[in-house]
Amino acid sequence: MADKRTTVDEIVGELRSGMTIGIGGWGSRRKPMAVVRSICRSDLTDLTVVAYGGPDVGLLCATGKVRKVVCGFVTLDSIALDPHWRAARQRGQVEVMEVDEGMFFLGLQAAAWRVPFLPTRAGLGSDVLTINPDLRLVRSPYDADSPFLADAADAGVELVAMPALHLDAAIVHTNRADATGNGQVLSPDPFFDHLFLGAADRRFLTTERIVDEGALVTEAHPVFTVPIHRMLTDGVAEVRGGAHFTANPPDYGRDEAFQKEYAAAAGDPAEWDAFVARYVLVPEDEYRARIGERAAT
Amino acid sequence: MTDSGVTRAESCVVACAEAWRGAGEIMASPFGTIPSLGARLARLTFAPDLVLTDGEAALMVGAPPIATLPSDLMREAIMTYRNVFDVVWSGRRHIMMMASQIDRFGNQNISAIGPHAKPKVQLVGVRGAPGNSVNHPTSYWVPDHSTRTFVEQVDVVSGVGYARAFAAGTGATRFHDIRRVVSNLGVFDFETPDHRMRLRSYHPGVTVDDIVAATGFELTVPDDVDETRLPTPEELDAIRVVLDPGSLRDREVRT
Repeated sequence: MADKRTTVDEIVGELRSGMTIGIGGWGSRRKPMAVVRSICRSDLTDLTVVAYGGPDVGLLCATGKVRKVVCGFVTLDSIALDPHWRAARQRGQVEVMEVDEGMFFLGLQAAAWRVPFLPTRAGLGSDVLTINPDLRLVRSPYDADSPFLADAADAGVELVAMPALHLDAAIVHTNRADATGNGQVLSPDPFFDHLFLGAADRRFLTTERIVDEGALVTEAHPVFTVPIHRMLTDGVAEVRGGAHFTANPPDYGRDEAFQKEYAAAAGDPAEWDAFVARYVLVPEDEYRARIGERAAT
Repeated sequence: MTDSGVTRAESCVVACAEAWRGAGEIMASPFGTIPSLGARLARLTFAPDLVLTDGEAALMVGAPPIATLPSDLMREAIMTYRNVFDVVWSGRRHIMMMASQIDRFGNQNISAIGPHAKPKVQLVGVRGAPGNSVNHPTSYWVPDHSTRTFVEQVDVVSGVGYARAFAAGTGATRFHDIRRVVSNLGVFDFETPDHRMRLRSYHPGVTVDDIVAATGFELTVPDDVDETRLPTPEELDAIRVVLDPGSLRDREVRT
């Protein structure tokens, strides 16, 4: 079987400026931050980022990598708003396709299922349709005389046609994986990571630890802890702490003190430059060392 | 504080709880401390079949104190975000969201203040508000009632109000139901002929004039509007002793 082991820098080496990139996780939870930091260090620009947004979006905007964001929200969870995202938006620096978070799910699902759209009520009547003037409605072909109409009120009903969110590449982070690209999530919510991978041309996994083939599923970790199968992945990189500073239980919780420092640095350009120099423009092993030093003081 | 010693925050908890009266076996999704206390109070008393989440990825057993550590919660079933959409789109949910702005028809904004292309203030984003509001009962909690929050017209319609839902057609109106707005000053509904916001009750210690002055649009005020009901002794005990002994409620609404 194919050995898909790779490195964070090799993953980022496969990305190109202008690409549409999906990032897994949700808010400030289980984000592939090692890859995000590596993108920040690269010369990539003009990216379209598709995410249930957290500090991945804030960090990429604050380092000038992003042209457009597709999202339903951007939050740090324990801090309601990411100030870097807020600043980028209020400067008019980034474009946004803002949709309902359920529409977002259907967009990924449509791409993964290779259909151009999926219908939903979500979005009807809201400004999601006015701020995204290219979104279209679809009329149900099942009219009052159709034998398939279960609810008379739905005869010929108009719904939002959520377009497929096709991705050039997707990156997600898991607790464990194997070298063939099966990915294991040991916290209760797998979020929509398998759909990000399913919607993408190039699919990458980072993980806390790569284990032997067959070693993911045990008595303690039943098969439903492995929502990502190897047909969904092209490369897998082992990177301890690869989701830091977002929450990645049971391996580690959110580094709240560090997240606060990240958010506070948005207030002052000199402070932000210092933060970037210390924590972003350094190789991953140096980042780990600095996080360690920081925690010890 | 009233003569009977009930704080404003406690009146608000009871007003929020009332939103779930008669709800049956559906998921209550409260945002904010006081709506969370309200949902738990309802679950403990008059709405025993309500389903509550642990705030992460599970449904929790009973109505534990608000400050319970995640490690001490008992859970009854999985409720991932993917599962949440199944519940939202099935209609088995009544959410109480917050609103940075709300208008007379119940349009809610949590996306941006000012033009969306370049906001004056970027907020969290529309989140699930568009889908929630056209799929299942939706209420709102506004802890800082003022002409800045109760506005003539919201800047970005996130949660859909009545006039907008009607204009969008049956797809939007079929399951659209904006039930209540609870603020730190009173309780509001849309039970008027054209679904404009109506004062339903004013909290103890608040006057109708206070509410009208703090509202940035013309509010329907019935002639016979009542005071928000006081908590029963049992409810007060449940709030103070069982659910919120640390008085987190007072951090959201001061008396």
